[in-house]
Amino acid sequence: MLINVENLNIDIATANGTLAAVQDVSFCVSKGETLCIVGESGCGKSITALSLLGLLPKVATRTARAMTFDGVDMQMMSKAELRALRGNRLSMIFQEPMTALNPLHTIGRQLLDVYRAHRKASRKEAKERAIYLLEQVGITNAVQRLNNYPHELSGGMRQRVVIAMALMCEPELIVADEPTTALDVSIQAELLRLLIDLQKSFGMGMIMITHDLGLVSRIADRVIVMYAGQVVETAPAEKLFTNPSHPYTRALLGSVPDPSHPRMKPLPSIPGTVPSLLNRMEGCHFLDRCPLASDACRKPIQLQQIGGNHEARCIKVGEGKIRLKVVA
Amino acid sequence: MTDKPVLELSNVSHEYRGRRGIFGQSAPMLAVDKVSLRVERGDILGIVGESGSGKSTLAKIMLGLLTPTEGEVLLDGRPAGSMTRRQIAERIGFIFQDPYSSLNPRQTVGKIVAYPLYLRGEGTSAQRQERARKILDIVGLPLRFFEAYPNQMSGGQRQRVAIARALITRPKLLICDEPTSALDVSVQAQVLNLLLELREEFNLMYIMISHNMGVIQHMTTRVAVMYLGRIVEMNTSKRIFEEPRHPYTQLLLNSTLTVAQGAGVPDLKVDTAKREAMREHPSFIAS
Repeated sequence: MLINVENLNIDIATANGTLAAVQDVSFCVSKGETLCIVGESGCGKSITALSLLGLLPKVATRTARAMTFDGVDMQMMSKAELRALRGNRLSMIFQEPMTALNPLHTIGRQLLDVYRAHRKASRKEAKERAIYLLEQVGITNAVQRLNNYPHELSGGMRQRVVIAMALMCEPELIVADEPTTALDVSIQAELLRLLIDLQKSFGMGMIMITHDLGLVSRIADRVIVMYAGQVVETAPAEKLFTNPSHPYTRALLGSVPDPSHPRMKPLPSIPGTVPSLLNRMEGCHFLDRCPLASDACRKPIQLQQIGGNHEARCIKVGEGKIRLKVVA
Repeated sequence: MTDKPVLELSNVSHEYRGRRGIFGQSAPMLAVDKVSLRVERGDILGIVGESGSGKSTLAKIMLGLLTPTEGEVLLDGRPAGSMTRRQIAERIGFIFQDPYSSLNPRQTVGKIVAYPLYLRGEGTSAQRQERARKILDIVGLPLRFFEAYPNQMSGGQRQRVAIARALITRPKLLICDEPTSALDVSVQAQVLNLLLELREEFNLMYIMISHNMGVIQHMTTRVAVMYLGRIVEMNTSKRIFEEPRHPYTQLLLNSTLTVAQGAGVPDLKVDTAKREAMREHPSFIAS
């Protein structure tokens, strides 16, 4: 097992009190495996990713029962140890390539820096590695590109550079936070394909954070659905899509506009909005928006086994198909 | 009168002038290249294309914010060039992509929504407020939001405010630039449903500009596909999705990742040769 996280909690101190951004999230990823964490904005998925790399903002505190990378406890690591890990064996692809790259340095310098920070390598070796990877991510005339500044590249090109940078030190695990949402659809598909091909050929583990269920259905081995700071459902991908069990998962899948819905007719949608995490909720977080909600849902609900690595945080999992309300 | 298209563009081109400054020169850039289209009663026209394909420039031209360097824009059969901003605004409303930046954070929702009426000098303050209340109710916002500020609202609620503001002057046509891309999936459906409902109620026409092919397929009657400033394919929504003819349309549809477990990501490498071929390919315009 590459990374193992048990009962991760992240609290953020705000002017209005403590916000329980992530509550008891557990997962593990093995070599070559892809874990997708899906959820809407504010559900805690991005901050979960940042906490893995030790990049949380100062106001956030992390606690976990266990958090190991390749068997080593990450909570006990010193800053130097963490730095040696980050960008080396564990790297991250951010959403916005323009903010992930330094506008003042050429991409060549940025790629070389990463490599030489972690390896005893000459400039020449580092340069060769950078050229090799730029070619791998589909950048033509890589040698000249090394001298380009980020602003001279298009969004798609920049994201390719960010991917190449994440791969410089042959990481064992990649954390990708919405790596393609800022890009055009056609480039999105191309880059995703590239990322998965590279992942397969290098045998990396990947944690992909996204809100795009279409994307998840196509690349995930395992899926975690988060809602308002909690895991509401976790399952192998084929089980999640053939037998979505939490009402939220089902509602989310039902509300994606796609050809299965009659055109120009109202889509099934989820009434209301995501609750604020400032007030700690006792029972089910989806309570106010759930068509199946009852008084029994007001007490704390644990993740329940449905069978075969499939868990859902709902006491009414067995209750037939949910009829979703159509609201405008 | 009634059979005149509400909006008609004929052979509209727009070229951004090159700049000459201390950082050197930039070449002029043809953002929109001989675009013709019309929006008729009952239409929801979708405009799709990659970033830089000219969608937003086209939207600006339709709103009268940009004067095209060539071609003609007709509103209700009259040249838009001869109309004042106000006359154009009476016919066309606009909804921006990002409801977080399109609403003034220092004004209450009631003020924001009533402001277009104030600009037009319509009614008394009390009458304007009354109409604002009514329209907020129509877009499904509880009255308690009337005195609220945008930062107290969620993204979906803010987008409803933006829709209310666009509709209070009763335009016939609403241009929606990525109306749901800043919203969460679970809220997106609410806003799309609202737009469909309002269409019935106000007899509205929409132009939907979007990246999301799922949204376009669900919401539109006709679709125009833009590539490098030109419309490369235009047809009924049904035909575009069932038998796309232009290679760029085909690429767009193939790269859309619908929910399909285990289908993987298609291998779509677009190299320079393919781009060139798509650029050279003749357009398919069905009226």
